[in-house]
Amino acid sequence: MSSELYNDGPVVHTPTFIDGTSVEIPELKILKQDGTIYEGSDMPDMDEALALKVYKTLAFHRVLDERMVASQRQGRLSFYMAALGEEAASVGGAAGLKPQDMIMSQYREQGALMFRGFSLENFMNQMFSNEKDLGKGRQMPIHYGSNELNYMTVSSPLGTQIPQATGYAYGQKLQGLDAVTICYFGEGAASEGDFHAGLNMAAVQEAPVIFFCRNNGYAISTPADEQFKGNGIASRGVGYGVKTLRVDGNDILAVIKATQIARKYALEENAPVLIEAMSYRLGAHSTSDDPSGYRTREEEAKWQENDPILRMKNWMLAQNWWDETQETALFEQLREDVLAAVKVSEKIDKPHIDTLITDVYDVPSSQLAAQLEQVKAHVNKYPESYPFTAGKF
Amino acid sequence: MAQMNMLHAINNALDIAMGEDESTLCFGEDVGHFGGVFRATSGLQEKYGKVRCFNTPLVEQGIIGFANGLAAQGSRPIAEIQFADYIFPAFDQIVNEAAKFRYRSGNEFDVGKLTIRSPYGGGIAGGLYHSQSPEAYFAHTPGLKVVIPRNPYQAKGLLLASIRDDNPVIFFEPKRLYRASVGEVPEEDYQLPLGKAEVVQTGSDITLLAWGAQMELLQKAADLAANDGISCEVIDLRSILPWDIETIANSVMKTGRLLVSQEAPLTAGFASEIAATIQQECFLHLESPVERVCGLDTPYPLALEKEYVADHLKIYEAIKRSVNY
Repeated sequence: MSSELYNDGPVVHTPTFIDGTSVEIPELKILKQDGTIYEGSDMPDMDEALALKVYKTLAFHRVLDERMVASQRQGRLSFYMAALGEEAASVGGAAGLKPQDMIMSQYREQGALMFRGFSLENFMNQMFSNEKDLGKGRQMPIHYGSNELNYMTVSSPLGTQIPQATGYAYGQKLQGLDAVTICYFGEGAASEGDFHAGLNMAAVQEAPVIFFCRNNGYAISTPADEQFKGNGIASRGVGYGVKTLRVDGNDILAVIKATQIARKYALEENAPVLIEAMSYRLGAHSTSDDPSGYRTREEEAKWQENDPILRMKNWMLAQNWWDETQETALFEQLREDVLAAVKVSEKIDKPHIDTLITDVYDVPSSQLAAQLEQVKAHVNKYPESYPFTAGKF
Repeated sequence: MAQMNMLHAINNALDIAMGEDESTLCFGEDVGHFGGVFRATSGLQEKYGKVRCFNTPLVEQGIIGFANGLAAQGSRPIAEIQFADYIFPAFDQIVNEAAKFRYRSGNEFDVGKLTIRSPYGGGIAGGLYHSQSPEAYFAHTPGLKVVIPRNPYQAKGLLLASIRDDNPVIFFEPKRLYRASVGEVPEEDYQLPLGKAEVVQTGSDITLLAWGAQMELLQKAADLAANDGISCEVIDLRSILPWDIETIANSVMKTGRLLVSQEAPLTAGFASEIAATIQQECFLHLESPVERVCGLDTPYPLALEKEYVADHLKIYEAIKRSVNY
């Protein structure tokens, strides 16, 4: 046993509790809501081209969310999850990384995938589970993934990606790659055992992984104060011996700066970093949720004043990197593109019946092949009951 | 050829796998310097370094989550769960993650390089938390392969095949046989096929089927039955998932009778799946109901282990019951 593990305080002779209240957690803020910069701010490494890319990604994010929630309301789409009000956290995280870094997300980080360049068609084909979906129509809408873009396919079970990210990053280290893994999750998912497993193992196994917690205040209807005690998720990092940063999640410059610093540290020190991005989920958890049952309009209105996209726009205008004409044109074009893409994707065929049994194993077993033949014979017998596949094999 | 016990054979297989591929890693609780509580990974850290063979914190869901990430990244993880009784904290990572990784991503990602090793089964006075046989839980999960060897030769060949297979494999090692089972094992590299049963002894009156440590008891019962003039065909299933329906069905069509024996409790065990499939495939060939000789539907006992287990005498009685039906 190594004594370096312990940072012993003074020896005492009466019982003396310790708690987290003595640990103050600084919160990084760079950009004010009016687009000006806090004095003395350590700016992220970002030129005009990157700033434009980030801003256009944020705009695309907002428009896609808005249009897809509307499509779900119209009955065209089964389900959707928007990230209204917290787009800067996922987009900023991706913008602080390199393309070769692996992104392992929860489910509300489509912004990171947009930043990587996942096409509008790819988003649509996944949401409409058609035959062009990279995931072959097997998962509910928003469970995106792309090997080419180093974005791990989303899985619904919460927190499972956290220890996986530790393992992924350990593999990157083993192969000496100039690459880290970023792992997104919400403050609710941080209650899962996998959070403990992932952070503890990353610290012990010395894995270059960035744990990125989006603290948006709610896990569906459960507010953060019914999720945990102690000083947020950041305080957990300290206990695991993980370098930790808290950042204003609605401040795109602060998020990018934090991620850039975290990447550098993780790579150079072969060690994990925890970032807690403080934000607010302005929208519903999903299209199946209605927040009016568990929080007030006043609370929401307060956070609407912290819109991260408007904040970045104000900064872009001040930089003379953006103007109102461009703004109007961009949003009009995006709305038009998204609407057109919906109309195309919703008409594309469902996946071929053979994909029922592929990818369960590398090669389907003889049992699976036999089961598929039975299904096909059945579909041929009652074709009118199976319109997606009847007559197509 | 060398004389090896099952632990030596497993250690030898791990050594070959780590030697041939730098991306192969062995890890788990006490797996590093100590070589595992059963010593299956003995000497591997010394030979391949701490980066490739190491201790993990005591967190099964973390071990398998970490292994899933490594496999998705392209490494070849061999994760040890110290006892199969303690695999359940990792159930989500195995059943919801490893098993579905390729399917849910449309083959964008997979964890085919993952192998999970775990000592399982009774016979070591381990009571209810060091004796369980949980193979049926995993057999109910499409996307996994489940493999169980019966002796050192099988252990080495099946483990090497499991490590190299491009699907996540759970490899359950009958710990009662770790030191008790000794046999000739080639020192060189070889593999035995996954998903294929092996006919260990041919016979004409009844088919006896089992896997793992239960094979020894099956053979003993078959020898007793032979004294009564009953000719038993003895088969080792070897792979629980996917399982070799064809070999079993062909045998039963010949003998007209089937007995399946497992250490695990009777209800909803894998023997039940075999019984259902074989009555479907061989209905008109069956001379008697399929016999299942299994553990009781109770937790695994300690003091009364002998009474609980599906031993050779219980199997022998079931053979006679079937033949005299």
